[in-house]
Amino acid sequence: MLMLHCPFCDEYVEETELQAGGEAHLKRFGPGSSDDEFHDYLFTRENPKGVHFELWRHINGCGKWFIAARCTVTLEVFGTYPANCTEPPQWIKDKISEKRPGWTWREFAG
Amino acid sequence: MKRYSAFAVAREALRYHMGWERAWTSPAPKRHYDVIIVGAGGHGLATAYYLGKNYGITNVAILEKGWLGGGNTGRNTTIIRSNYLQDPSAAIYEKARSLYEDMSQDLNYNVMFSPRGVIMLAQTEHEVRGYKRTAHANALQGVPTEWIDPKRVKELVPIINLEGPRYPVLGGLWQERGGTARHDAVAWGYARACSAMGMDIIQQCEVTGVRSENGRVVGVNTTKGSIDCDKLGMVVAGNCSHLSDMAGFRLPVESVALQALVSEPIKPCMDVVVMANTVHGYMSQSDKGEMVIGGGTDAFNNYTQRGSFHHIEETVRALNETFPMVSRLKMLRQWGGIVDVTGDRSPLISKTPVNNIFVNAGWGTGGFKAIPGSGWAMAELMATGHSPLAEEFSMNRFKEGKFIDESVAAGVAH
Repeated sequence: MLMLHCPFCDEYVEETELQAGGEAHLKRFGPGSSDDEFHDYLFTRENPKGVHFELWRHINGCGKWFIAARCTVTLEVFGTYPANCTEPPQWIKDKISEKRPGWTWREFAG
Repeated sequence: MKRYSAFAVAREALRYHMGWERAWTSPAPKRHYDVIIVGAGGHGLATAYYLGKNYGITNVAILEKGWLGGGNTGRNTTIIRSNYLQDPSAAIYEKARSLYEDMSQDLNYNVMFSPRGVIMLAQTEHEVRGYKRTAHANALQGVPTEWIDPKRVKELVPIINLEGPRYPVLGGLWQERGGTARHDAVAWGYARACSAMGMDIIQQCEVTGVRSENGRVVGVNTTKGSIDCDKLGMVVAGNCSHLSDMAGFRLPVESVALQALVSEPIKPCMDVVVMANTVHGYMSQSDKGEMVIGGGTDAFNNYTQRGSFHHIEETVRALNETFPMVSRLKMLRQWGGIVDVTGDRSPLISKTPVNNIFVNAGWGTGGFKAIPGSGWAMAELMATGHSPLAEEFSMNRFKEGKFIDESVAAGVAH
């Protein structure tokens, strides 16, 4: 079972306490955007084999949203941070670089 | 290829079974093929088979990074049915189900298709309405299904508990010609038939790059060297995003783990397939006597081929209520497979932004039942550029808002 650290409660909690929220750092497109942008925002998702960033909600706890940096191949968790960040904090980027040299993800946005 | 027959069994019995040939060959890759299919699972092999059988295209290689049928083809719960709500789904799944009917004869390979019947239990008022609607839709689509009452459910499944305190059985959607098949045999049978047509099945050959020039695919790089092709078919389920990244385009799918488990073998107790979508569990009994149980998907992206244990707990808890005898069973094995799920839970059989690359993916939690129909449509699309069966399953349907929304129709796994 996946266990994640809730940055608000400062506790490691089991997956059953959490709700998965899908890909993190999405840039929102709405009225005025092009069809392609709107399509990608709604339907196209990163599906990496490796480092991934995704939203989680501590639904059976504090109820707050946070972001987990995780490896989809090993289920290793590199760290979690509050959802109101536009990109991961440097310590998480450093930790990922240490464990997965040369990792990439799409551009962080919003 | 020597045909399998009762005569062949007798002949081999007289000579210590020394005359059986290998079911398929394992050649080194050639420099160039007309068509390369990536992924030797059921869908990939079926695509190759119908390319040869229906269109005479036999200069085909099927590349597989692991072993043949070792992905989701060997990991599913082998349920075959076609009682879908939406017309495009019913058409392709019913095509697949009808091809399963005489697949053993067609391939000269016993795939053990067992049309034992499939019940989808209705355990809420909402489901009752939903399944009645599906039964009406199926009548219009020419797919024989019927709504049955709890008494009939009990006749078909004597071990069922109709009076579950939380989710009583209120009836069911019954497809008499649904059932199961031997999943490995489907892959092996197609592989043998493809090999007999002169196609090359190349196992332990991972694609590491896709080469294209001027928006056209020209070949792939693999762990067994570079291979050229005129057309490329990507049929790799959970790894389709990984492969499409190499080709330079994105697919509207996410990969998650789906789990299943089997019990210890017991005497025959249930001769139909039962699906309980509200409580999220489905069960059938294999020929070996094991109860084969399907679970749920994880909610997060995953490539590990194992799922979270709490899904097993939920599934078994639900089945305990509906089938009280399950509570006394030991479970033998549990495993996971990586399924590629689209936004509307319907597959992609589609052209792609790169000319001459075709994709067959997104079957999510319900790909096994579709194998022959999917291969049939994919082969037609690759050979002729157009397939009526596949038309609605284009990857552009999201942009056009033409969803085939089985996620709403089925609620959960399908």
